[in-house]
Amino acid sequence: MTEILLKDVRKSYGTVEVIHGVNLDIHSGEFVVFVGPSGCGKSTLLRIIAGLEDVTEGDILIDGDVVNRITASERGLAMVFQSYALYPHMTVYKNMAFGLENAKLPKPEIEQRVTAAADMLQITPYLQRRPKALSGGQRQRVAIGRAIVRDPKAFLFDEPLSNLDAELRVTMRKELAALHKSIGGTMIYVTHDQIEAMTLADKIVVLQGGVVEQTGRPLDLYNTPQNMFVAGFIGSPRMNLIEATVEQDTLVAGPHRIGIPPVDGLVPGQEVTFGVRSEHLQITEADAADITVQVDFSEQLGGETYLYCSAEGMPQLTVHQIGQLPVEQGQALHLKLNRANLHLFDADGLTIANGIAA
Amino acid sequence: MADTATTERRTLWGFLTATRGRGRLHWTDVFTYLYLFLGVVLMFGPAVWLALSSFKTQSGLLEFPPTLLPLGQIEVEVEGYDEPLLLFDVTMEDGSVRQLAQIRRVGIVAQMVDPAEPDVRIDVPIDQRTATREFRVAVENYTDPLERFNFLTFLQNSVIVTVVATLVTLLINSMAAYALSIYEFRGRNAIMLLVIGTLMIPITVILVPVYLVVTELGLVNSLWAVILPGAATPTGVFLLRQYMLTIPRDLIEAARMDKASEWQIYWRVVMPLAMPAIAVLAIFSIMWRWNDFLWPLIVLNRSEVYTLQIGLNAFQGELNVQWHYVLAMTVVTLIPVVVVFAFLQRFITTGIASSGMK
Repeated sequence: MTEILLKDVRKSYGTVEVIHGVNLDIHSGEFVVFVGPSGCGKSTLLRIIAGLEDVTEGDILIDGDVVNRITASERGLAMVFQSYALYPHMTVYKNMAFGLENAKLPKPEIEQRVTAAADMLQITPYLQRRPKALSGGQRQRVAIGRAIVRDPKAFLFDEPLSNLDAELRVTMRKELAALHKSIGGTMIYVTHDQIEAMTLADKIVVLQGGVVEQTGRPLDLYNTPQNMFVAGFIGSPRMNLIEATVEQDTLVAGPHRIGIPPVDGLVPGQEVTFGVRSEHLQITEADAADITVQVDFSEQLGGETYLYCSAEGMPQLTVHQIGQLPVEQGQALHLKLNRANLHLFDADGLTIANGIAA
Repeated sequence: MADTATTERRTLWGFLTATRGRGRLHWTDVFTYLYLFLGVVLMFGPAVWLALSSFKTQSGLLEFPPTLLPLGQIEVEVEGYDEPLLLFDVTMEDGSVRQLAQIRRVGIVAQMVDPAEPDVRIDVPIDQRTATREFRVAVENYTDPLERFNFLTFLQNSVIVTVVATLVTLLINSMAAYALSIYEFRGRNAIMLLVIGTLMIPITVILVPVYLVVTELGLVNSLWAVILPGAATPTGVFLLRQYMLTIPRDLIEAARMDKASEWQIYWRVVMPLAMPAIAVLAIFSIMWRWNDFLWPLIVLNRSEVYTLQIGLNAFQGELNVQWHYVLAMTVVTLIPVVVVFAFLQRFITTGIASSGMK
């Protein structure tokens, strides 16, 4: 069991700083997901933990020891690469045994470990094949197998599912979750896909521009985002974010006036952004409605329906409804906003309130 | 089987006689075939002539006008003469042509005899006779140098130099290329430029200094004097480096995570993957070393350390060149290079194309 601690980690390439002081506490056996848009520094952070990149400032501690000066091979971590990075000239068996041979393990033990891992990942029939002769999903399993056989202190995954097709990605996601349950190691997983983050993580770390925006359990991030970036990034479809001006107990967005109960810290005349998730917009009668919108188009998925609507003075709003909904393009809809699920952000994007009591 | 053979022959013939227009001869066809034919003659003509001439006798070589095929004058046993006599076609005074054997030549008159009537001597002006010749192969051109001279020793020396030097070259150059492609350090490009820059210094310029170094090391008249100075070639470093740059960095990092030492990464990951480029360099090195003349000529002065090329040179005296031996042994020295090339030529195109060296 392994704890990893990052203390004010900074990374610069020349004069450009890309990681601006990250503090992170990864507990033993935890599945931590780094998520963020492209170029947010999540992969760099992972590579710093792996030892493939040096830190410019700050400390990395594995089980209490500072490992800044310890090379990647000595840190005892295993990594699964986005490209899988299987050695093309070796068979699957050799690929998995390579790390163990380097660790000078006796042959019988290598064989026993590789066989066990191959059984677990159901790749036993392919052990004598070259990576070229495997499908994407099989290569992915081999890459994971190569990490497992090492029995590492922690597993690092660098966008491991992004080269797979959508269906396979869902399958592998479930398998990864099951894998984490069965072997229970500390895992750090980098992805730009917030669905992967939500489904896999014990703890999500949202990064943007080399800064940790928020750390927390998936649903905590979903329900109580600390800022507008996290609110917009976590959740699919995106949270509807609407700019508004505060008047006395009212949010004014274009011609729409949305009455709210009093909130601490709101000053009349203040420019704010309020956010509401698509499932928290209810279709109601005209007299109970906060806003009236027109349906631009709808996505009927059978079990659920997404409506994309427009209203004057507002960006496009996404409405999520369970079940099938007979709506036509251009039809007018009356929407009510759940006050309890309304998020308010100030002009700097920081959260003023997550949910306003009725 | 017979069917496939015929179809293959037909397609090969179809390929060799392919025309631009369907069935009709376009002017570009004529031009192309002329051009290609010229190319074939230019390329193969000298080699074929060399091979044919190597079977000629010494006198056959000096003959004017030269013949293409190795022809030898027929000798016949004539009753009453101890030595076999040379046979000539003689135009008699009445215009008839008879085959006579020459006993001796006195000034412009040859004393001849009809092999059928050994008792009758006939005097013939020498411009009335032409040598009767037949196709004859002078195998002694090959056997003599191999038996009487030390050509087997030369061959052995050449093989040792070529094999050892090629192995050393591959090892040193690939190690340099590994450092210059896999590691990122300040001044890497400067060093690469320096290495490539040495290409501009012709060997004749550094001949004397290198000779002095070799002398100081006491290597003169040992094969190491030939092997070591040319072991590190800028061409080889460049070729291998360009190829190694195409090896995905993920693989190197994966190996590093797999606890591989730098030597193991080099030997077990990078070298196998750089095989196409290594094969190209091996071919080049074998050809360079096998054909090398100037440097061995300088440092090898005793005949027991001669390489083939130097041994060949020994046939060229100041006054007398033994062309028949020179030609035959030239053919012998060509054979290994041709064989190596024939078996490895497919690597040359792939290796050169993918290393970016054209």
